[in-house]
Amino acid sequence: MTGAQIAARASRHTSLHRSGGADRIFSIAFGTLMLGAIGISVLALLTLLFDVARDGISHLSWDFLTSFPSRIIPSNSGIESAIYGTLYLMVVCAAIVVPLGIATAIYLEEYANRERWWNRAIEVNIQNLAAVPSVVYGILGLAFIVRGPLDLGRVVLAGGITLALLVLPVVIIVSREAIRSVPPSIREGSLALGATQWQTIWKQVLPGSIAGIATGIILALSRAIGETAPLLVIGAAVNPRFNPDGLFSSFTALPIQIFTWTQDKDREFVDLAAAAILVMMVLLLLMNSVAIFLRNRYEQKW
Amino acid sequence: MGRRTSLVRRPSRRSRFEAGVKALLFAAAAVSVAVTLAIIFSLVKETIAFFGDVSVGDYLFGTKWTPQFAGDQQSFGVIPLVWGTFYLTFIGLVVAVPVGILSGIYLAEFAPRRIRKIVKPVLELLAGVPTIVFGYFALTFFTPEVLRNFLGLGVNQFNALSAGIILGILVVPTIATLVEDAMSAVPQSLREGAAGLGANKVQTAIRVVFPAALSGVVAALVLGASRAVGETVIILIAGGQQANLSLNLYESYQSMAAYIAATARGDIPTGSIEYETIFIVGMTLFVLTLVLNLISIRLVRKYRQVYE
Repeated sequence: MTGAQIAARASRHTSLHRSGGADRIFSIAFGTLMLGAIGISVLALLTLLFDVARDGISHLSWDFLTSFPSRIIPSNSGIESAIYGTLYLMVVCAAIVVPLGIATAIYLEEYANRERWWNRAIEVNIQNLAAVPSVVYGILGLAFIVRGPLDLGRVVLAGGITLALLVLPVVIIVSREAIRSVPPSIREGSLALGATQWQTIWKQVLPGSIAGIATGIILALSRAIGETAPLLVIGAAVNPRFNPDGLFSSFTALPIQIFTWTQDKDREFVDLAAAAILVMMVLLLLMNSVAIFLRNRYEQKW
Repeated sequence: MGRRTSLVRRPSRRSRFEAGVKALLFAAAAVSVAVTLAIIFSLVKETIAFFGDVSVGDYLFGTKWTPQFAGDQQSFGVIPLVWGTFYLTFIGLVVAVPVGILSGIYLAEFAPRRIRKIVKPVLELLAGVPTIVFGYFALTFFTPEVLRNFLGLGVNQFNALSAGIILGILVVPTIATLVEDAMSAVPQSLREGAAGLGANKVQTAIRVVFPAALSGVVAALVLGASRAVGETVIILIAGGQQANLSLNLYESYQSMAAYIAATARGDIPTGSIEYETIFIVGMTLFVLTLVLNLISIRLVRKYRQVYE
């Protein structure tokens, strides 16, 4: 027998000895457990979608989209004011968070010297802000924006600013990753050709990372659309029968309208909440498809 | 003489522009710090006002939370709210920890490409579903159809069991994704070493890779807990709005976040004691999640240092 044959026999022997019995059963059991765990998430998502669709789909109609909410008659109720409110909020939110988030990300990635304590403080601060519960942003909105120093009142602008501050950390974190994915050689090449640092960023780094940044912004906005707690706290209007007509108009939003209807004793109103959830989910799905499209179409491979 | 001074370069227009841009970008970055300061300022101001009316001891150690009552019935003991928060979080974690960790291990070590392609989007979708939808689901499906009809439990319309379990489902994607990241960061050489010593895949995953990723896994759990602690709407809708200091899974509970959202409505008068309670409870919640988050940042830094 050659050495190799001895080794082969020996390993066959030990592996027979080992894999029989307990280890094998354990492996199978563990595999089943893992699949079960995955199954729970899949099942949860499917049942959730099924439940919402079952309750809501029969109430979806053009009238539902173009009527104001009614306090008394479910069948006359709709979500026009909520849709307009959500759109207004998103415009304000995007107008604030896009420049602020990208500028912060550029500063942290391209300019900040990490040896300096204040730059590290900004970074840790952003990480912490990302984990502050959304209801606390609502408190900030109530005490600082709606009342207190800014004193805007319960208006679209106040709601939009609150949501923008809430998703700002997300935009910053995702934009930083996108900017970081542009390889240093691009910057070095540009600088070597005589471009200044800002020219390099504006002409090379930003175009190279814009797909990632746009994806991050869309995902952040889709988070803002679904936020209920901060808008509840700052005091969105309940069942308004008017659309907002500017930044200083009172407003409601889809999640607020959904919340109002889930609190109703009348089961038909609760079903309207499901219909509104369907509209919101379609909106979110559209936004996410755009994000995926942008990522696949424009993402640079270096 | 004139020539010599010209050697000292005055900043050109171009370099002044560059400096201006840098200053502007720094100002944008400073906004995020200002946000934190504004949060702390708002919370501290009303917290001080609150402690002008209620003693610190009564707040921290009182076991009755009834700010909406009048006269002698009114009491500001925060313990029932803290208890509600932790109890619901605990129920959520009982679901989310095993499910999240097992899913993470599966995705990192076992999942074939085709299954991964289905499971990852499912987790992303689940993570993207607004919490109000989970709340609706808990109230209109999980409580009446699963808990009452299917399992035959005598739960109230608002109860800890439903809110807690759905809270757990909400946290699963967070934990699963972070556990997957932590385990993927473990170098391949450790797996090869284990395989070389004759360990099978499951043994490698459980006894070698998982322990090596442990600080990342713990960070995932802490972050998951922090999310559950701060979650508002699920508890507001399905957990009820009654501060409760008991263990009964069938009863309704209130958490700190849910109290804030239930109490703070646009028309609450500034300066009233109810207005102040929002801020003191908000302060408690803010400090709690801050501590949890700092712990998790620490842990993540630790496992990054080991392997990068």
